[in-house]
Amino acid sequence: MSRLRDALERGEFVITGEIAPPRGADVSAMRKTMGLVGPLCHALNITDNQGASLHMSSLGACLVALEMGFEPIFQQTCRDRNRLALQSDLMAAWALGIENLLVVTGDDARSGDHPQAKGVFDIDSTHLLQIASGMNEGQDMQGRPLAGKTGFYLGAAMFPEAEPWDAQLARTVGKIEAGARFFQTQAVFDLDKLARAVDAVHAHGAKVIAGVLFLRSPRVIDFVNAHLAGLMVPEHVARRIRQAADPLEAAIDLAVEQVAAIREVADGVHVMPLGLDARVPEVLERAGVVPQR
Amino acid sequence: MIITRQREWQRVLDDLASVGARSVFVVGCGECATAAHTGGEPEVAEARERLSAAGFAVTGSTVPEVTCHAGGVKLEARKHAATIDAADAIVVLACGAGTQTVADAVAKPVFPGLESAFLGTVVRHGVFEERCQMCGECVLDATGGICPVTTCPKGLLNGPCGGMWDGMCDVVRDRPCVHVQIRERLAQQGRDVARTLPPKDHSKKLKPAKLSVRASGPSGSAR
Repeated sequence: MSRLRDALERGEFVITGEIAPPRGADVSAMRKTMGLVGPLCHALNITDNQGASLHMSSLGACLVALEMGFEPIFQQTCRDRNRLALQSDLMAAWALGIENLLVVTGDDARSGDHPQAKGVFDIDSTHLLQIASGMNEGQDMQGRPLAGKTGFYLGAAMFPEAEPWDAQLARTVGKIEAGARFFQTQAVFDLDKLARAVDAVHAHGAKVIAGVLFLRSPRVIDFVNAHLAGLMVPEHVARRIRQAADPLEAAIDLAVEQVAAIREVADGVHVMPLGLDARVPEVLERAGVVPQR
Repeated sequence: MIITRQREWQRVLDDLASVGARSVFVVGCGECATAAHTGGEPEVAEARERLSAAGFAVTGSTVPEVTCHAGGVKLEARKHAATIDAADAIVVLACGAGTQTVADAVAKPVFPGLESAFLGTVVRHGVFEERCQMCGECVLDATGGICPVTTCPKGLLNGPCGGMWDGMCDVVRDRPCVHVQIRERLAQQGRDVARTLPPKDHSKKLKPAKLSVRASGPSGSAR
């Protein structure tokens, strides 16, 4: 059984980390990162051509995580594959031992490193949740029986700070109705808005794992604001990093505060260290979050 | 109407050079390309001048009433048979449908002078926006008359996506999120805004589509 599901359902505060597959066939650097972050986490998100930029497939990189003894969260975007390809990848993933699935719409191809690519978007993330729920019941999206059902723990993305909130909330509820049991968020800076989102999601019986980014430098902040969808570093946070004598240490301090605050509100924290993988244990420890495995 | 834009002129010249053309006949379109200011009388005259300046003999030109009308274009070609015969190649300032209609009607190399861009709504004179992409399965009944298939850059039926920020689109950042607009319009009309639309049936947009509404019977189908 999925350790992530087990921990969330028991009410344990969970830790997830984010792993980008390599841009190439050499998995040694990714193994190193997994080795650092993996032991601290209940599960590792394996991204799927994140930022609409070319990477090794999430499915392949999930297998590397499994080999290393870590539990992957298989990410699937609707941008790159049609309904046939998505369903066949889900069957393969389950057969190979992957138990957690996070479905996202995906960034537009124009924002990535292959801007001439055709975005597929044959179905959207709500549809993919409906489809995966059906596969968990042993049928494909046409309602035809499958030889062996899947048993995915289904997750989706949500954006607690999005306005107008009613539009975001309606979409989130639609995802829960489609089968999402847990949500992961982009980095959250407004804890009141996070609390608002957690309450709303809890009312429907699902869980929220809130994101934290390590904003190591002013340059990273500029990049995040310019390129990451659904994310804007607020001015008071940006100023704190920009004006710090040591921006990197200020970023670590900020992450510690954010993890501690998230612990009071959400069901877990999703750590995006942006290269500062070696500092993750320290941040979790200082925030009072003891990784339990 | 079909919105066209000028094709890169050098490419037109390269096309003509590829068949060794020295003389050219120009065809415009009296309908969409005239409205889009890409293939009406003034643009055909301008193309003639540019071709002459590039060293081609222009044998003649015409602006058919509707260049995508096969019968009309055949008649037009017959009217201009002499000047078309005198040309080595034809340049068509119309959409791709018009260019193909001309190519069917004349036994000469036919080259597009325009790029077909989209099915456009005339917002005001000379300003066009894509609002429909003829997907064959209209969802406007459920979306307050705003098409997400066309006007959401990702074509999502159910949104907003995760990029929506302060009600604005993440892909085209100076534009409101169409899914927020849909919700607002439905709410203004007191209509249900919570419905999740099912996946699209793309088989309804099989290419090439064909339709006959002739009285002689159902000889075709809109697919």
